[in-house]
Amino acid sequence: MFVARSIAADHKDLIHDVSFDFHGRRMATCSSDQSVKVWDKSENGDWHCTASWKTHSGSVWRVTWAHPEFGQVLASCSFDRTAAVWEEIVGESNDKLRGQSHWVKRTTLVDSRTSVTDVKFAPKHMGLMLATCSADGIVRIYEAPDVMNLSQWSLQHEISCKLSCSCISWNPSSSRAHSPMIAVGSDDSSPNAMAKVQIFEYNENTRKYAKAETLMTVTDPVHDIAFAPNLGRSFHILAIATKDVRIFTLKPVRKELTSSGGPTKFEIHIVAQFDNHNSQVWRVSWNITGTVLASSGDDGCVRLWKGISFPLWIPHGLDRDGPVMPSSFLLLLLLW
Amino acid sequence: MEELDGEPTVTLIPGVNSKKKQMCFDWGPGEMLVCETSFNKKEKSETVPGCPFIYIIRKDIDVYSQILRKLFNESHGIFVGLQRIEEELTGKSRKAQLPCFLSLQDAPCSCCMSFHFCRLVRVSKNYRSVIRACMEEMHQAAIAAKDPASGRQFSSQVSILSAMELIWNLCEILFIEVAPAGPLLLHLLDWVRLHVCEVDSLLADVLGSENPSKHESFWNLVTILVLQGRLDEARQMLSKEADVSPTSAGMCRILGDLMRTMPVLSPGNTQTLTELELKWQHWHEECERHLQDGTFASSPHLESLCKIMLGDEAALLEQKELLNNWYHFLVTRLLYSHPTVKPIDLHFYAQSSLDLFLGGESSPEPLDNILMAAFEFDIHQVIKECSIALSNWWFVAHLTDLLDHCKLLQSHNLYFGSNMREFLLLEYASGLFAHHRPSCLSSDCCSLWQLGVDYFDYCPELGRVSLELHIERIPLSTEQKALKVLRICEQRQMTEQVRSICKILAMKAVRNNRLGSALSWSIRAKDAAFATLVSDRFLRDYCERGCFSDLDLIDNLGPAMMLSDRLTFLGKYREFHRFYGEKRFFDAASLLLSLMTSQIAPRCFWVTLLTDALPLLEQKQVIFTTEQTYELMRCLEDLASGRPVRGEPGAQRLQEDIENTKLEMLRLALARNLARAIIKEGSLEGS
Repeated sequence: MFVARSIAADHKDLIHDVSFDFHGRRMATCSSDQSVKVWDKSENGDWHCTASWKTHSGSVWRVTWAHPEFGQVLASCSFDRTAAVWEEIVGESNDKLRGQSHWVKRTTLVDSRTSVTDVKFAPKHMGLMLATCSADGIVRIYEAPDVMNLSQWSLQHEISCKLSCSCISWNPSSSRAHSPMIAVGSDDSSPNAMAKVQIFEYNENTRKYAKAETLMTVTDPVHDIAFAPNLGRSFHILAIATKDVRIFTLKPVRKELTSSGGPTKFEIHIVAQFDNHNSQVWRVSWNITGTVLASSGDDGCVRLWKGISFPLWIPHGLDRDGPVMPSSFLLLLLLW
Repeated sequence: MEELDGEPTVTLIPGVNSKKKQMCFDWGPGEMLVCETSFNKKEKSETVPGCPFIYIIRKDIDVYSQILRKLFNESHGIFVGLQRIEEELTGKSRKAQLPCFLSLQDAPCSCCMSFHFCRLVRVSKNYRSVIRACMEEMHQAAIAAKDPASGRQFSSQVSILSAMELIWNLCEILFIEVAPAGPLLLHLLDWVRLHVCEVDSLLADVLGSENPSKHESFWNLVTILVLQGRLDEARQMLSKEADVSPTSAGMCRILGDLMRTMPVLSPGNTQTLTELELKWQHWHEECERHLQDGTFASSPHLESLCKIMLGDEAALLEQKELLNNWYHFLVTRLLYSHPTVKPIDLHFYAQSSLDLFLGGESSPEPLDNILMAAFEFDIHQVIKECSIALSNWWFVAHLTDLLDHCKLLQSHNLYFGSNMREFLLLEYASGLFAHHRPSCLSSDCCSLWQLGVDYFDYCPELGRVSLELHIERIPLSTEQKALKVLRICEQRQMTEQVRSICKILAMKAVRNNRLGSALSWSIRAKDAAFATLVSDRFLRDYCERGCFSDLDLIDNLGPAMMLSDRLTFLGKYREFHRFYGEKRFFDAASLLLSLMTSQIAPRCFWVTLLTDALPLLEQKQVIFTTEQTYELMRCLEDLASGRPVRGEPGAQRLQEDIENTKLEMLRLALARNLARAIIKEGSLEGS
């Protein structure tokens, strides 16, 4: 059912992240060889590397695309304690013919004192904004007020998480009912460190991000975290990659019941916990409509989880090691 | 609460190193990227993996996608037609004024309903014929396949389609036609006959041979004809045997008679079920008598046939090979032992048939479970099992939708309150959106996503928002495609998506310095800020090069000019140039003045505007009136005084010098014009 094709990546060291652009026509890879490569998909479906350049002076952990409304913009973060924003410059016609493009650095974000472990652009309705998180436990939110001038970024918020951070996720919901929200995961392994997932919410009155919730039940190191796209739900869904795959719902408690002006209180429920990987789960990622969750773990598998009925989630289809079998996928319709 | 049905199957990615067990990945709209990595975040990795690969994974429908595409396209037409039928029907009932066209009642009455019902049956048959057409094409492709591997793939696809049609047909009989006892068996017979096609070729074979009754497969043929209830043909075969073999002629004739006289319910027959049962009982007894009397004792073949016609289970089971499957066994069994079986009793016979046929030697396959669920009238189980067994959503989505129109699905609330029909349609439509890869050659292929749009339209709960999310991701590789996407969004008032798509295109155009394109997209996006930005660029371009690009566009802005002040200025400024070009100097002059005084001209542009006034001031005839000249002078002084004195070296000084020279020239020209204007206005004009 699934077909795989391979491309020689040409990185000289481990690849740490791969990222599709919004339309799935370009991708970026970043590596311990300190470079980022950009690949373009041609009309006939082949991928070509159209740019490759040194981005940092240390391993590049993550690379991510901005929404195309802001142009062709990438952000990367690295062990060298910096994050950077890159913009593609439309090249000379010779370059175009050769299929090459140029990326220039627009800004370097140097505020972190430790390795920057994740960088994510905010949902587009918030403007051109990104968040970084570092091993020093601080999440930093930057904004470029003029989208035509990508050299100007200002540090808008510094959020202290008190634990070494490994991953962040913006809530993609653009509903006016929801304030901007960011989830932070920590892989801190020190013994005092307790709850490893924190949720911060922007408060219109104080104009600051304040901690809204901590997921107390997640006590193992968290490697990845992802809010699901919201199709009009009032509540939020968050997937977490830790020693297993966990999916939580966060339901905002009605404002009248909480003291007005404070962060929203949420009812937190765990709706699924899958240990099928039988090992640490390293990445989780949602599809466009938030109906399928993909996870990868130490067992060398990428698993796809299909949300059928609430609250049961079922795996459907795997990749990777194992005997080749004609695949079918498993779908359980829960009817009651 | 139902249990997990087992681990899903695994797809191997060739070339992936099983020792390196960690992978990073990313979802794309149609594909997934996977890459081996290591997640311990140390600076240096212990083992250098050499040249890692990136794997691109997607659902595989490539090989037979051309043929399946036809299936998708045609079934899409049927689907949309069905939704419209439904709308018509419910529309009729809601409009109190519009009576039923046949019975003049307000609500859909039974005649409307049965008309509707007939239409539903016809829709079902249409779907099935589309499946069959696809199967046939696939079969041809399998035969013509260049290599065995793809031939095999085609063949397996043919089997899958065949199974789908088999299931759909049964569902049609049981759920849509809702055949009652009597006609039920006839339908089931047709169903079985349709799906065992070797009989006809065998018949032709045997009949075509020199001595049919001596053909090696003669008795097999006769048996299978009897098993399928094709007794007339079986009788013909027997007469051939009677012709060549005098010893068995008598027996053949008797058996033939029995065959001829078996009571069947024919369509249009007015006898009641009870009458039929009675007749059938008599006939059955007659057959029994012959068997007891040993009429056919000397011919094992004929005796076996008689036993079959008596519905003897053992005799039937002896013919397992000819029957080929348990549902054939079931139908034959029913034909010869319970021809007036009621629908609700079907499942007893089905279960026992399945058990008897498999005989404990093998376990039921997915297809068997599906059919069994159908015989049990457990629609939800049918859909569930089909969803598990089939690797795409096409079948379950369309079948469920049809059954829903037959009002057969109770609302089962799933995630978000979506019901099952909608859930399946959303899945199917989402799958269609993943297929807009440009890897095929024909111009309108990869437009499967456009089919998806219609499916989303008919999903009342989440269709719209799903469409919004998907349609944003369609790559806008050509202008044509972009316009297509925009039209779809505009038709549905998806204003945010229109804005976003236009913005993306405008941004892309600006980056590529295609200012005209950028401007038109900004206008379409109604993005005033961006329109201002692009207008600024235009003006800057003009300042640098002395001419405009994209004149056509700016000339024909029309009311869109009002989107932003800067845009309005750009449009008007161009108009000014046009006036001048057409020698409409007075119009040009007043326009120029209004541009300066109305505050829409950016201050930095005032020098340019005033400089543009120079040619007008230099004309032989006096164009600017004294009033206008005073205005211009005021603007000029405004400009001059507003300029801060900057003590900067070099280039800035030079620039200032140039500016000052310009200002001087302007002052001189304005003064001269003022003089001439005063004289002109003060003198008596002769004409």
